[in-house]
Order: sequence, then structure tokens, then C-alpha cells
Amino acid sequence: MTEAPDTRTPQPGSAPARRGNGRANRRLPLARETGLVLAIAALVAVTWLYNPLFLSEQSVRDILLGATLLTILAVGQATVIVTRSVDLSVGSVLGLSAFGSASFLMAFPDLPFVLGIGVGVTVGAACGVVNGALVAVARVPALVVTLGTLYVFRGVDYWWASGSRVDAADLPETFLGIGRQSVLGVPVPALIAIVVVLAAGHYLRSYRSGRELYAIGSQPAAARLSGIPVDRRIFGAFVLNGSLAGLAGVLYAARFGSVDATVGTGMELEVVAAAVVGGVAIFGGSGTVYGAALGAVLLSTIDAALPVLQINQFWQQAVVGLLILLAIGLDRLLAVRAARRLRAGRHHGD
Amino acid sequence: MATSSTPAEDVAQDGAVGRDSLTTRLGALLRTREATVIGALLVSLLTASLLVESFATPRNAGYLLLDVAAVAMIALPMTLVVITAEIDLSVASTLGLTSAVMGQLWTAGLPLETIVPLCLLMGALLGAINGVLVTVAGLPSLAVTIGTMAAYRGLAYVVLGDRAVTDFPLSWTSGVTGDVPGTEIPWIGLVLLLLAAVFGALLHATPLGRGLYAIGANPEAARFAGMSVRWIKLWMFVLTGTVAALAGIYWTLRYGSARADNAFALELSVVAAVLLGGVSIFGGRGSLPGVIAGVLLFGSISNALRLASVSEEALVAVTGLLLIVSVVAPNLTDRIRELRAQRARARVAAQSPTTTRTEQPTGGTNA
Repeated sequence: MTEAPDTRTPQPGSAPARRGNGRANRRLPLARETGLVLAIAALVAVTWLYNPLFLSEQSVRDILLGATLLTILAVGQATVIVTRSVDLSVGSVLGLSAFGSASFLMAFPDLPFVLGIGVGVTVGAACGVVNGALVAVARVPALVVTLGTLYVFRGVDYWWASGSRVDAADLPETFLGIGRQSVLGVPVPALIAIVVVLAAGHYLRSYRSGRELYAIGSQPAAARLSGIPVDRRIFGAFVLNGSLAGLAGVLYAARFGSVDATVGTGMELEVVAAAVVGGVAIFGGSGTVYGAALGAVLLSTIDAALPVLQINQFWQQAVVGLLILLAIGLDRLLAVRAARRLRAGRHHGD
Repeated sequence: MATSSTPAEDVAQDGAVGRDSLTTRLGALLRTREATVIGALLVSLLTASLLVESFATPRNAGYLLLDVAAVAMIALPMTLVVITAEIDLSVASTLGLTSAVMGQLWTAGLPLETIVPLCLLMGALLGAINGVLVTVAGLPSLAVTIGTMAAYRGLAYVVLGDRAVTDFPLSWTSGVTGDVPGTEIPWIGLVLLLLAAVFGALLHATPLGRGLYAIGANPEAARFAGMSVRWIKLWMFVLTGTVAALAGIYWTLRYGSARADNAFALELSVVAAVLLGGVSIFGGRGSLPGVIAGVLLFGSISNALRLASVSEEALVAVTGLLLIVSVVAPNLTDRIRELRAQRARARVAAQSPTTTRTEQPTGGTNA
């Protein structure tokens, strides 16, 4: 919901504080990503010590494949959340695109399978256009719009499928190959996810329009006044997120082969959770897609590790919940400490 | 844009008030979101009674009430929470955890007379955890309750696994869906009416209720006005948790089955109904009659479509469309009104160039 503008933000003009802020901003996300890598490494190490089979080739493949979809979705979600919006419809978009690409390839098995990927991504992008237009043009809060489109897209999916399903036998082998082939031991979907993470990370970090997304998220009014095309950027973020959700849908279809209208139900909150665990502030303006991706990997590794550790599988969700609370609690603690340091720094500066 | 249209709007409004303030006020009342939702509810009830056989029967009305009861109950405190510019997404998980604990305690041999108060107490505690994380730790409620949503649902699985407890005594399970003797009104209808009256009075007739709007509109200002913002928000979360637990007890008895996945994703329906009812997601605006109309609108449309054997799936799309239209429509009417005001200003400027020229600087400085 809305939060009062951050009164702790240092005043422009006090140069030392501003520089301090920049340093703190650079240091904090890095700390988060290092922490996540350490947490994943520790979890993997403990599980491996408990049962060395956890790092067998097949099991590693499964973990990577399991993390792929969530990672791609988390990257898109992070891009949206950074602008102080949120997209709750991604689960439905994934389902719609999975069904769209699968039934396209079932209908035209002779066409090259790349067209099926194109169809899925286009369906996702179209959903993103709807979300983005409603948020940016009609100026309706993103939480409300995407809660609505969550139902609408799922309804369209149901109507389209009308009880039918696509099975692996109906799909061309080349398409299913995407989900099965590996390059140097890394499954193709995981490679795609890595490319997505690196590309999105580079865009958000080094491109002007990428930086503008952060500016919009940290202070929309200021961003508008300084001439950033706020509406167009937010629209763009939603379209990007929709396309990525579409891509995730295609990968889902390629990996599992069988698709019905319920694919991806309830995934939206898991995606937001991955982004939050990855240090993307829910009110925008901070966090990286690397963090979001690592958050997604951590959540999927927990999924994979609990059964190996012979911990009751029913604990999985409770652990995820505690992790989210821990992550936002930690963010808050760091923010308070950074603010205190900044105040102290300003005194010395005066 | 807003600055340039101000003088013309003032002129237009002054003229209207001078002419007939009563019709203006009535018009303003009819233009509110609540009136629109209540109107939509009446239209849909009327259409459904005309088109769908057996919709307008007492028996079906009873079923409708039984179906919407859980969402309706939780929507009441949720309205209060959203008006204070917070949100609670963990309500369905609180419901599920209550259901699981209820089943486990019943299997352990406790009497339901003991279980019910224990469950309500647990609901209050779960709500208090949300509240403490939001108010004391200062975390955003959206993130906190996504976390507790996963945590409470997870605990529900820990408590009951994927088992179901179904051997509740018939006197309780049929009692909760039963009618008030001599009528065809289910008991739960009376409970809902009572709860709605209590929450309505709390929100619309007490200083605390006014305070909730003040907090939602501007928490800083509310704090400087001497309100204990944190305490009030904390209590709203406790209230929501308690009512969600009550809904959990109802759900378990109504379907005669305690399961960890009971009411999965119900939080989205609750939030959708509250927003449809005209409560602003940014807090500070909304009313309980609007929300109740929103709950009933969703409930009656899905009930009518189900009777007309429209597939369950179409319902999903209708729910979403309704929510989107309900928020986009007022925005668009605002835009149109803005455009019309601009045009009126242009007309005024064309008719009397001297007056506007002298007035315009004043309007500028005022804005």
C-alpha cells in the first residue's frame, strides 16, 4: 500500500551524505546477493553431506530445471516491482502462453517449432500490454489491475481449453527437445534462464531507460518532474514481464509436454516471494534481478533439499514463509542501520 | 492541466449550488462508488430473477448466503484494514490453519465447546503476529502477509498433513447450515447481519472509525492529531485474524471436513470484493455498505451463472472483468469530467475575455 515518502532521504545539497548514500546503496544489494549465494551453498553442502546423491548429475539437472521457470518469472517481476508496481497475473499469463504455444504446435506440427516459441512469447507480451495499458494509461493501481487480469487471463485460458489438454504425444519432438537437451551438462532451459538474467541485469544496470525504472520506483513524482516518461517506462516494464512470463510458459510446455488450463495456478505469490527474498524492495526503487534470480534458486533448492534431508515435506511452505519474513526483516534492519550511519555521517560533514 | 481547469470548475460548481443544492447533493450521492455497486447488485439480482429459473427462491437465497458467508465475514475486518492503507493477504491461510488445528484437536478427543474458543484465540494470535510485524517492526504489510500466508498455510500442512478430518458430530455440521426455526433464513445469515452491524457501527459511527480514515489518508497527520496509529493498526490485524478463524470454524463445519488446503486462494476473492465495493487500495476511502454490496454482487452473479449451468470457468473471467471495470470506470469518468471542465473554461473565456483575464492570475496563485 502507500507509504509516506521517506523523510530520512538526505537533502540534496549535502554532498557528503549523498555520496554516503550512493556507497550504502552499492554495498547493500551486493551484501544481499553474497548472502544468498552463501545460503544456497550452505544448503547444498549440508544436503550433500547428508546424502551425496543430492549432487548426482540427474539430481543437479532436476534442480536446475526446477529453478528455471521461477527464475525467469522472478526476473520479470523484479523489473516491475522496481517501478513500485506489482504483477499478480504472471501465473495466469504463464498458463495461457503454455497452452497457446502447445496447441499451436499441435495444430501445425510441420511448422518450425521456433514459431511455437514466438506464439507463446507473443501471447505473454499481449497480456503485458493489457496490464501495462491499464496501469499506465488508465492510472489504476497495479495491485488491483493485475488481481483482475489474474482472473481474466485464467478465464480466457479455461474458455480456450474448454476441458481439453495437450499431451506430449501431440507435440513435435524438436519442441520437446528444448526441455531435454543439455549443452555441456547444463539443460537448455537453464541456459535460457541464465541469458535472461544476465541480459535483464545488464539492461537495468547500464541502460538509461533501465536506470529510469529505479528513479520511478524511488520517487515517481520526482521522476516525472525530471522529464522521465514515467507512463511509457512502466508500460514497458509490464510488457517485458509479460513476454518473460510467456517465455516461461513455452518452457513449461516444452519440459512437461502435457498442458491443461490449470498450469501455473497460484504461482504469482511464489514469484513475488522469490523477488522479496532476493532483496527487491516491495515499494520499488531498490534491488537487482540477480538478487531476484538467486531468491528463486534458493526457494527451488529448498524444495529439492527437504525431501533429501528427510524433513517432512509439509514443512516446505512454512520454511518459505519464515524465509520471506526473515528477508524483509533483514532489509528493514539494514535500512535502519544505514539511515543511522547516514545521520552520523552528516553530522561529521557539517 | 488541473491548474488550468480550476477557475472554470469553481464557476460551474458555484452556479450549480446556487441553483439547487439538494439535487446536487443527491447527484453526488448517486455518483459515489457505493451507489454504483449497489445499483449493479440490484440490476444483477433483477436480471437473474427474470432470466434464471429458481434463482429467486428462498431456498436458493439460503444457499447463496451459505456460499458467500466466509468471504463476507472476512471482508468486514479487511475493509477496516484496507481503509488504514494496509492489507492482509494471510486470511485464507489463517482459515486453513484454524481448520487443520480444529481437526487435529477433535481427533485428539477435545469437545468442540473447548475447541471453538481455542481456535478463535489462535486466530487472534495469528493476526497479532501480522500486526506486530507491521507496527512494531515497521515492515510493509503486503510483504509481511505474503510471508505469513505461506507460513500459516505451511503450518496447516504440518499440523494435519494431507489428511482430512470428517467425523464431526452431525448436530454441529447440520446446525451451522440450519435455518432459524420456523423460517427459511439460515442461522449464518443472522450471524452475518450481527457482524455487519457491529463493524458498520464501528467504522461509521465511532471516533475510532473516523480515525481509521484519518490514518489511511495520512498516518503522519493522524499521529500528530494524537491517535495511537500503531495500536489501532495492531488491533485491526487482531480483529481480522479472529474473524478469519471464525470463518475457518464455519468452513470446516459447513463442508464437514477439516483440511489444510481449505479455502486456498480465498484471500484474492476477499480483496477483490473489498476493492469492488469502492474501498481505495491506498486507504482513506470506502464504506461498509459498498463492500457488502460487492460481496453479494460477486456471490449472486456466480450463483446465477451456476444455476444457468454456465461453466465454472466463465465465472473466473467475470470476477476479473468486474473488478477491472469497477476501478477503470471511475477513472475514465474523472478524465471525461476533466475534459468537459476544460471545454467549459474555453467557452467562458470566449464569452467574456475581460473577466477571465483578471481572474486567471488569482486561480494560478491559489493552485
